[in-house]
Amino acid sequence: MKDVLYLAWRYLAHHRIKTAILVISITLIVYLPAGLNVLVNRSAAQLTARANRTPLLLGAQGSSLELVLNSLYFESDAPELLSWAEAQRVADSGLAEAIPLYVRFRARGQPIVGTSLGYFDFRGLELAAGRSMAILGECVVGAATAEKLGVGPGDSVVSSPESVFDLAGAYPLKMRVAGVLAPSYSPDDEAVFVDVKTAWVIEGLVHGHQDLAAPEAASAVLDRQGDTITANASVVQYNEISEENIDSFHFHGDLSGYPLTAVLAVPESDKSGVILMGRYEGEQEPIQIVRPIAVMDDLLDTVFTVHGFVVAALGLVGVATVAVAGLVFLLSLRLRRREIETMIKIGGSRAAVGSLLVSEMAAVLVLGTLLAGGLTLLTSRFGAVAIQTFLLG
Amino acid sequence: MISIEDLRFRYAKGEFALDIPALAIERGERVAVIGPSGSGKTTLLHLIAGIRTPQRGRVVTGGVEVSGLDGSKRRDFRIGNVGLVFQEFELLEYLSVLDNILLPYRINGSMKLDREVRRRAVRLAEEVGIGDKLGRLSVQLSQGERQRVAVCRALIAEPGLLLADEPTGNLDPANKGRVLDILISSTEASGATLVTVTHDYDLLDRFERVIDFKDFYSADAGEPS
Repeated sequence: MKDVLYLAWRYLAHHRIKTAILVISITLIVYLPAGLNVLVNRSAAQLTARANRTPLLLGAQGSSLELVLNSLYFESDAPELLSWAEAQRVADSGLAEAIPLYVRFRARGQPIVGTSLGYFDFRGLELAAGRSMAILGECVVGAATAEKLGVGPGDSVVSSPESVFDLAGAYPLKMRVAGVLAPSYSPDDEAVFVDVKTAWVIEGLVHGHQDLAAPEAASAVLDRQGDTITANASVVQYNEISEENIDSFHFHGDLSGYPLTAVLAVPESDKSGVILMGRYEGEQEPIQIVRPIAVMDDLLDTVFTVHGFVVAALGLVGVATVAVAGLVFLLSLRLRRREIETMIKIGGSRAAVGSLLVSEMAAVLVLGTLLAGGLTLLTSRFGAVAIQTFLLG
Repeated sequence: MISIEDLRFRYAKGEFALDIPALAIERGERVAVIGPSGSGKTTLLHLIAGIRTPQRGRVVTGGVEVSGLDGSKRRDFRIGNVGLVFQEFELLEYLSVLDNILLPYRINGSMKLDREVRRRAVRLAEEVGIGDKLGRLSVQLSQGERQRVAVCRALIAEPGLLLADEPTGNLDPANKGRVLDILISSTEASGATLVTVTHDYDLLDRFERVIDFKDFYSADAGEPS
């Protein structure tokens, strides 16, 4: 058998291009359905795991999928906004803990998540270094973000402007890193967490600037009407919150009208959850309340339906590829008829000659299947991350 | 060495028929077989080697009635007792010269490929002047060199009988003489019998006996395959 395998190897090595094409074909027809299965199952498990751990989510009426993707995975555009008053409404109901979420801004590509300290307890996030954010302008970064941006406690992270062409927009805010989270292997690793008020500072709703009553600000003052002072754009706005200027930061307007992207509601009990949901059932209700797992299941139903079609199509392609590979093999047998006859004439046993041909085909199949297996393993390891990047990103 | 009695062979398709009432070739004899194209010279070699079996009569080669053996026994007999050289060389293009010479040992489980066989292959290659080309592929060799590889392959199992089917048919005059020299010297050295089909009449004086085939066949239509 050793000699037959040697001859088979010599044949395959000599016809390396033909062999490579056959191996790649086999690899693809095995890998594509297997890899897709692994990818879909892994991604589904990862997506539903996080959704499962998030009981209820409140947001403005609109796309529930956008709301869930933005609030749980910090992906997708910001959904329709709701007001801080809605978080208060949930908290005041006594049915659930309300965790505000304002996920709209980014810092060098990383999502800035405006929330409260309750979020860390709810997600079970732990600090690997430093401390939680304590004052306005501080942030806590996820493990992956700390690594990507190369920051740790004491360093700074600057928010990115929403649009560089928006001259009236908010200035970038330089935030001090108070702490770094331990890896949680979830989207939280990618986030920059700030208090929701700091997120409002980034938006410009809360801001600090030089004292307009001070003599050095006189040139910026346009009008004085009692306590109301109107200034022009030359007034110095602070783009970093420090001990010296923190007292100058102030809110404009009614806090209850300040925006959020979602409110994460953690009910006291199942019954509380049901009651809370009932309160948002009205047809005219501007707020929607969703169970994230139900939204993700809807999404996955669609994905699995498409997946089924794709696997069926790949199956047909696989059958066609196997047929073509078989045809190639049969044509190759015709081309090698003289070679086979010569081996028989000089005394080669039919078993040896047959084994040689079968070994060649088996080697191609085994090599193709091994490669497909390797690719499937890689997919099971890195595929879920890839699908989050390509499907949700 | 070879004894044929009352032989009749006819291909399944076609009118060609080969009738040999009696033919004997002695051990160690050098015999040339001549005759018109399609007269059955190659068929005779195939019958002697056991590649084909006659419809009637007996073929005894080296004391074994080859015509009475079944397919696998004929192949086992052939690989150990008969060396075959073809006009078209029939080397495997994906194998090196050395691997081509060793091929009989790789395609029949009854043959054991050991160091001694490898040494013999190298020695044979050196004797015929291709000792420095053992690692090359057959397509990288000249026609004459390829036929010398084919001769080495036929001799590697030290057969008692060498059957050569127009071994010089594709060679230039210089190589014809050289390949024939190799065939004759190799068989003389081992005491093997040499039966060669040839159309080269100017080489006939190198043989001890010439068998003219025109007396053995009848053909109303077609050539033997």
